[in-house]
Amino acid sequence: MKSFTGKTLRWEWRDGAIELTLDGEPANEIGTAMLEELEQFVAAFPALIPDTAVCIMSSNRRAGFSAGADLRELYHRAAQLSLEERLAGVRTFIERIHAVFNAIDAAPFVTIAAVTGVCFGGGFELALTCDMIIADAMARFAFPELRLGLIPGFGGIPRLKRDVGNAFVRDLLLTGRSVNAARAQVAGLVAQLAAEGETLRAARSAAMQITKFDAVTRAAAKRFVKPVPHEDLGREIDLFCELFARPTVMAALKKFVESSDAMPYLP
Amino acid sequence: MRTLEQTTQEVLDLASKHFHVPAGSLAPEDDFFKKLGIDSLETLEMLSRLENHFGIELPDYEVQGVSDFRTLASRIQSRL
Repeated sequence: MKSFTGKTLRWEWRDGAIELTLDGEPANEIGTAMLEELEQFVAAFPALIPDTAVCIMSSNRRAGFSAGADLRELYHRAAQLSLEERLAGVRTFIERIHAVFNAIDAAPFVTIAAVTGVCFGGGFELALTCDMIIADAMARFAFPELRLGLIPGFGGIPRLKRDVGNAFVRDLLLTGRSVNAARAQVAGLVAQLAAEGETLRAARSAAMQITKFDAVTRAAAKRFVKPVPHEDLGREIDLFCELFARPTVMAALKKFVESSDAMPYLP
Repeated sequence: MRTLEQTTQEVLDLASKHFHVPAGSLAPEDDFFKKLGIDSLETLEMLSRLENHFGIELPDYEVQGVSDFRTLASRIQSRL
């Protein structure tokens, strides 16, 4: 399937490149609808791989790349379930997310996240599956999960640890603050800075360069520099589910859903 | 080194330019949420613009709860 248009995203293959555009209202929150369509995207890999050198992931939403997991959906669904059902449901969802994110992380083509605006939580974790992040001056990255009594659950910390130094990982995780693209580039997270509104153009330019290389060599180089941290990812699922069992999480989710605060991602 | 007054004026000018408010209509003591009518995403946008303009990092938690331009400018001043 070389093109697809769903409710939360679309993709189109052209001249060796796939452009995957996130387009879910209001800010590309990752819930069951986006997960299902990302699963369809990954299911299309066998057909796409032979003719694909690169995939560019970007957003069509003004807010930015993605505000993260769909916490409203999570809260409202979880609130209707018993604790046992809630934990089972969350584990199933997280395991499905990990399967999709691991497949994108290990894809034999090169993946580029073109990031502007908010790139928070689960959205940041999706960007971290990509081989390169190209960001503009308005991009902001954050892991605000601790305010919910959780750690990032979509593979974010193992992937961030793989890519950057401990000082940056701990600062982001333990303060919950957001950082801009310039800071993220200094930390080694952002590969290229683009002018405001120019991330997609910069990503397309990089893609044109990437398509010039031999496919076998390109895939081997990627595997060599970007191993998937499976062991840490498995431990993350267990720790996330363990923390999710605590009653403080549902209280924090409720507070977030009902918040009209200017910085709802901070405690 | 900028003075606090200079920093405050630059914050006002930046807010006026990017949130399309007439120049000179903003005052240091104004509540920028009310005056600019900004939501949580636009708050982040303003944070990025301030950091880029002044070439600083301004941790979100240092401006959490701040709502007037003068206090915002003093937080920026402490990072210059």
